[in-house]
Amino acid sequence: MPEIRLEKLIKRYGAVEVLHGIDLHMAENEFTVLVGPSGCGKSTTLRMIAGLEEVSDGEIYIDGQPVSHLEPKDRNLAMVFQDYALYPHMDVARNISFALRLQKRPKDEIETKVKEVADIVGLTDFLTRKPGALSGGQRQRVAMARALAKDSQTFLFDEPLSNLDAKLRGQMRAELAIMRQRVQKNMIYVTHDQIEAMTLADRIVVMHGGYIQQQGTPEELFKSPANKFVAGFLGSPPMNFLDAELLEEGGELFAKGSAFQVRIPEVKAKQLGRTDGKITLGIRPSDLNYDANAASQVALDLQVKVSEYVGAQSVLLCTCGDADVTVELKSETPIALGETLRFAVRPEGIHLFDRKSENAL
Amino acid sequence: MATKGINRLTPYMFMAPAAIIMGIALLYPLGYMVYGSFRDWNPSQTIGESEFVGLKNYITLFYDPAFRESLSVTLTFAFAVVFAELLLGVGLALLLDRNIRGMSILRTLFILPMMIAPVVVGLMWRYMYHPTVGTFNRFLESIGLEGVDWLGQHALMSVIIADVWQWTPFIFILSLAALQSLPRSALEAARIDGATPWQQIIHIKLPLMMPVLIVTALLRLIDAFKVLEVILVMTEGGPGLSTEIVALRISRTATEFRELGTAAAMSNYLLILLLLLTLSMFAVTKLQEARAARLARQIQEED
Repeated sequence: MPEIRLEKLIKRYGAVEVLHGIDLHMAENEFTVLVGPSGCGKSTTLRMIAGLEEVSDGEIYIDGQPVSHLEPKDRNLAMVFQDYALYPHMDVARNISFALRLQKRPKDEIETKVKEVADIVGLTDFLTRKPGALSGGQRQRVAMARALAKDSQTFLFDEPLSNLDAKLRGQMRAELAIMRQRVQKNMIYVTHDQIEAMTLADRIVVMHGGYIQQQGTPEELFKSPANKFVAGFLGSPPMNFLDAELLEEGGELFAKGSAFQVRIPEVKAKQLGRTDGKITLGIRPSDLNYDANAASQVALDLQVKVSEYVGAQSVLLCTCGDADVTVELKSETPIALGETLRFAVRPEGIHLFDRKSENAL
Repeated sequence: MATKGINRLTPYMFMAPAAIIMGIALLYPLGYMVYGSFRDWNPSQTIGESEFVGLKNYITLFYDPAFRESLSVTLTFAFAVVFAELLLGVGLALLLDRNIRGMSILRTLFILPMMIAPVVVGLMWRYMYHPTVGTFNRFLESIGLEGVDWLGQHALMSVIIADVWQWTPFIFILSLAALQSLPRSALEAARIDGATPWQQIIHIKLPLMMPVLIVTALLRLIDAFKVLEVILVMTEGGPGLSTEIVALRISRTATEFRELGTAAAMSNYLLILLLLLTLSMFAVTKLQEARAARLARQIQEED
């Protein structure tokens, strides 16, 4: 339930600073996902909130109270670890009830609670098993059940699904989304997987190099990324980037590259920030449509190199001049390899970034 | 066909030298000892001249108060040292399982006693225990206390202390290794679940270290039953029979009392005791393996 606030949070290991002043505000009952490539500081941030890493500078507030000097157990939170972190010598029931037993709760209360959470995660038949006798997915459920049993206000997830195989991961992701609707708690979830981030989050916080790059709802981040990193990180297959120059011709603005000249929609052109004209044009693979009759100023001419068939959709790997471009389109579209074809660009799919600062224009 | 036969024999050929040496240096004397233990045998006789007496040596020993005393000293000594060493070794490991400056030097210092030859350890402690010029009594007197009759009245305790000093490091390094290989995240989970440092030790660390601790304790127990040099140098088994461990008594029976048959029978008693311990250690590891295998099967069946 609580409201969590990070203020200028800094983490140093010796002389090396790995987190550079993280400011973050997590509202009550919000599902926040910290996402970024490995080494971006997302796990460190989570572990500092948990109290497993010391805060070098700055402060963490839970419901307005500074907590960075508190032990993990005094912060009223539960955590699910990447490697599950089960107690190997205890059976499932004892794993789930460990925190309650430490609190010396009455026996029948503990029993009821264990049954209740085991039922939520579907572990009722496995309560007497040791973790060693469970599969990866079941262990993950035990970890969830253990966190649920604690009745904490805040849930922390440290890449909880990354040790599972792809199929199980999808299934657990859906279960998490369902559980999230049933359990009204503040959840902070760390992952490097942008699909998990997009599907689960109320709010995504994209981190890179120890800085927050952008935060917002999945839709905001997907539609208007603040910089090239966020644009390239979210979305699969990733956004195409093409070097271009801004060019004004007859009152209209164009992005001109070595093998294309694309008109920038008027709305976009009006709100363009200051730039020296050297830009990067970003277009998502799904914003390109095969259209042989499109005008050249709203289209790219791409030479198709490889077609990857993935069922209903196909991903084409093409070249435009000397740049690589991927296109995502319906598999029934008749495409011949080696041909140069025209693909229309959806006007709202045009993203412009300053080439030097990489910020969105 | 012939090459196939030779190929099959190859591993045995490689093992042969070791097996032959084992046979000559271990099995032959062992058989000799077992054979001798059934005879009334004096060092001046060859074994062929000695008289066959059946189980007489074993029966006499069984009712011999001196041997029983010696056996009980050995048992007291072995269990006391292993218990104390476990307590201290594990305790030290729990304390030192952290990153403090100079830790690696400290660890090396801790395991030094183990590297000293037992005879040297015996001499060193005999000197420190000396009633008038020894380190301990001089220290006690300097702070105004009375000296202790270390190797007289409290001889058994004194040799136990010396052995604990020498062998605690063994348990310490093995416990430390076990501690450092514990799953870090399980300990972090315990911290979040609300376990105090003490509760972490009792509920998580010790249970997870248990397999290593059991094997370590059995190893030390086997070793403690065979201890000889340190006690020989410090007390020669005295005063009286108070520190006469079985190994010492065996050597005295053979050399002073000139009863080779009885000495052999005594060795066999010790051997049986050690065999039981070794077997139980074997059983412990087998049980652990069987449990791991059963778990693995269980998971496979479900998949």
